[in-house]
Amino acid sequence: MTPKKKRRLAFAAALLAAGAAVAGVIVYGLGQNTMYFRSPSDVAAKQVSEGVAFRLGGLVEKGSVQHGADAQVHFRVTDGKSTIPADFNGVLPALFREGQGVVATGRMDARGTFVANEVLAKHDEKYMPPEVVDALKRSGRWQEGAK
Amino acid sequence: MIGELGQLSLCFALALALVMAVSGLMGAQAAGSIARKVATSSAMGLLVFVALAFGVLTYAFVVSDFSVLLVADHSHTLKPLVYKISGVWGNHEGSMLLWVLVLSLYAAMVAGLQRGGARLTSAALGVQGLLAAAFLLFILLTSNPFLRLDPAPFEGGGLNPLLQDPGLAMHPPMLYAGYVGLSAAFSYAAAALLVGEAGWTRAARPFMLIAWIALTCGIALGSWWAYYVLGWGGFWGWDPVENASLMPWLIATALLHSALATEKSGAFSTWTLLLAIAGFSLSLIGTFLVRSGVLTSVHTFASDPTRGFFIMVLIALAIGGALALFAWRAPSLQGGAAFAPVSRESALLLNNVFLVASCACVFVGTLYPLVLDALDGTKISVGPPYYALTFAPIFFALLLLVPFGPRLGWKRGDLKAAWRSLYPALGVAAVAALVVLAIVSPRGLAATGAFAVAGWLIGASLIDVRKRQGARASAFAAALAHAGLGITLMGVAGTTAWRSEALTVLAPGQTMTVGPYTLRFDGVTREKGPNYVADRAHIALMNDDRAQTMLLPEHRFYPAEGQDMNDTAIRTTGLRDLYLALGDDRGGGRYALRAYVSPLAPLIWLGGLVMALGGFLSLWGRLRVKEPEAQPAAPAVALAAE
Repeated sequence: MTPKKKRRLAFAAALLAAGAAVAGVIVYGLGQNTMYFRSPSDVAAKQVSEGVAFRLGGLVEKGSVQHGADAQVHFRVTDGKSTIPADFNGVLPALFREGQGVVATGRMDARGTFVANEVLAKHDEKYMPPEVVDALKRSGRWQEGAK
Repeated sequence: MIGELGQLSLCFALALALVMAVSGLMGAQAAGSIARKVATSSAMGLLVFVALAFGVLTYAFVVSDFSVLLVADHSHTLKPLVYKISGVWGNHEGSMLLWVLVLSLYAAMVAGLQRGGARLTSAALGVQGLLAAAFLLFILLTSNPFLRLDPAPFEGGGLNPLLQDPGLAMHPPMLYAGYVGLSAAFSYAAAALLVGEAGWTRAARPFMLIAWIALTCGIALGSWWAYYVLGWGGFWGWDPVENASLMPWLIATALLHSALATEKSGAFSTWTLLLAIAGFSLSLIGTFLVRSGVLTSVHTFASDPTRGFFIMVLIALAIGGALALFAWRAPSLQGGAAFAPVSRESALLLNNVFLVASCACVFVGTLYPLVLDALDGTKISVGPPYYALTFAPIFFALLLLVPFGPRLGWKRGDLKAAWRSLYPALGVAAVAALVVLAIVSPRGLAATGAFAVAGWLIGASLIDVRKRQGARASAFAAALAHAGLGITLMGVAGTTAWRSEALTVLAPGQTMTVGPYTLRFDGVTREKGPNYVADRAHIALMNDDRAQTMLLPEHRFYPAEGQDMNDTAIRTTGLRDLYLALGDDRGGGRYALRAYVSPLAPLIWLGGLVMALGGFLSLWGRLRVKEPEAQPAAPAVALAAE
């Protein structure tokens, strides 16, 4: 091998190693940090283990919102079939309403309550998070065109 | 009538874009001097007609001409003038028209400046013409902004109140100037492959710089907007839409550095071409992600599948075509001169490896959930922890290496000398780390490390500025841009590590404390804005039982749009932000109130500004020096000049 070829080979090997390292980091990172979206029915069907972070989506059940001390809020998320109680300590987004769609990030605790650390804002009244629409369709509670 | 004028202008523009594409590509041949003239004039004509169409649409918005469907859907007579204008690009059709306007502006600049050889410029205009034609076709076929509405309604539907904000009025034009600016680099790269001219990087550099500056400002504006409008005190959420703007920035940064090596010594000539193609491809993918309705966010206007499909075909053609051209022609380009393992070239190579790797992390994190959803309907999201684990360490490693680059000579560098000259910077880094460890709590390894690296970057830049007095603008430009990185890093580390947060429900007269501040809630009043009604909280910042300043966060309701939004109140000392957002009504005059104290938050955006200033300085240095016309950038000459 000429010196030039040798250098090229070393260069290619180094780049390959760097690429493999980055790919490894990415795969590891994804394995550790993806959050699944679950509907209340999924949770009721025991698809979620306690303490694992996930996103819960559905409708805020009518008449379920209760304010506790300080900024504590308690409400229930439903997809028509199953209903999951949820706790949140924080400021709710401007368009958080009973009967409207909601997506929250958090974990299930030992009592079977969803403890949210983030409740996502919707952008307007007409907007329904697509995941929620899907969840409602799966539970058979979605009517096309109805709001 | 006025709408038809806009429509007609767009048709003329499409015809001119096609003429420009054909004549530009014909002018790439040696004999095509007439075709070259045609391409140049049609570039100017294209700009005139697209600007006319854009002007017509703007006029329709300003006078609230509701016989135009787009205006009726997205405007309102009561909206302040500035938001009537920004409403032009606050929707899918108008934003695509803005995209084409910026594209035509760059085409006209390429034609007007005539940088590089005549054949190269002509071929670049040809490629730019193809892009313009494709996007004009897209507008005319799927997203016509001039569709009529009969009968015209008396009032319009309004603009999403989140978008009615001075920061966001400027954000899209800025970001587009960056996205589309990369099209000029792309066109020059494709032209270089067609014509076989190696000196294209010199010709395209001002465009790369403009694009990079605009992207930097656009991202900073977007992040600033998210900070003060969304009301959760964050500045970056790793939202797919944010990522879509970050990816082109990372590649554009890599491109700026790699093109420097190509220009100076001919190194990485094929790699630089590939980066130019990748940068614009990511801009296109970003546009697709943001505009097609794949993602749901404040940015998503369209949910019409034909548009998504059209953009997808457009992307496939542009990227596929460019890569095919690359595969066909790149092997025939001659490689650069050899360089030693320790040299400026190697440093720039490392820079590129890290930047591309960090971009790959963002790319996978953004697209993996979409791909998974498309494959089997599994819905997942990839949040900030993923980026903290992948992007952050790679980018951090890059920052550690930044100060070495400018200290190594081309071809062969002296690592020991570089180290020696960096001792003072090492001292600054050590002091920064010690200060953080000694006086600030809570102590954290990440914050200490981040401040050490920030000190390292800023220290090295200061040495550069001192040592190189009388040197060329480019040396100062690099020092400024690198210092900007350090400043932003301090802001990010400071807010992340030391932010304090308080969340309470207060009745009028009650007080709360957050960080060093005491706040008294004086109740809420109902206010009336031009097109909204607001609940305005009156909050007194206390100084020994005396109200020092009033802070007025609001909760606004926009009846025309039927939407709510928060207007936060931020009081900044320049080094520390006190940030208040009004929460929900808890009855009996009691309101939830959220307060943050974010130390060093303003530095995040100040750093971005400093980086952009570095870019401006470099651009100014470039344009001031008259192009040495007859003298190609021979490596030997460039080396001697260094």
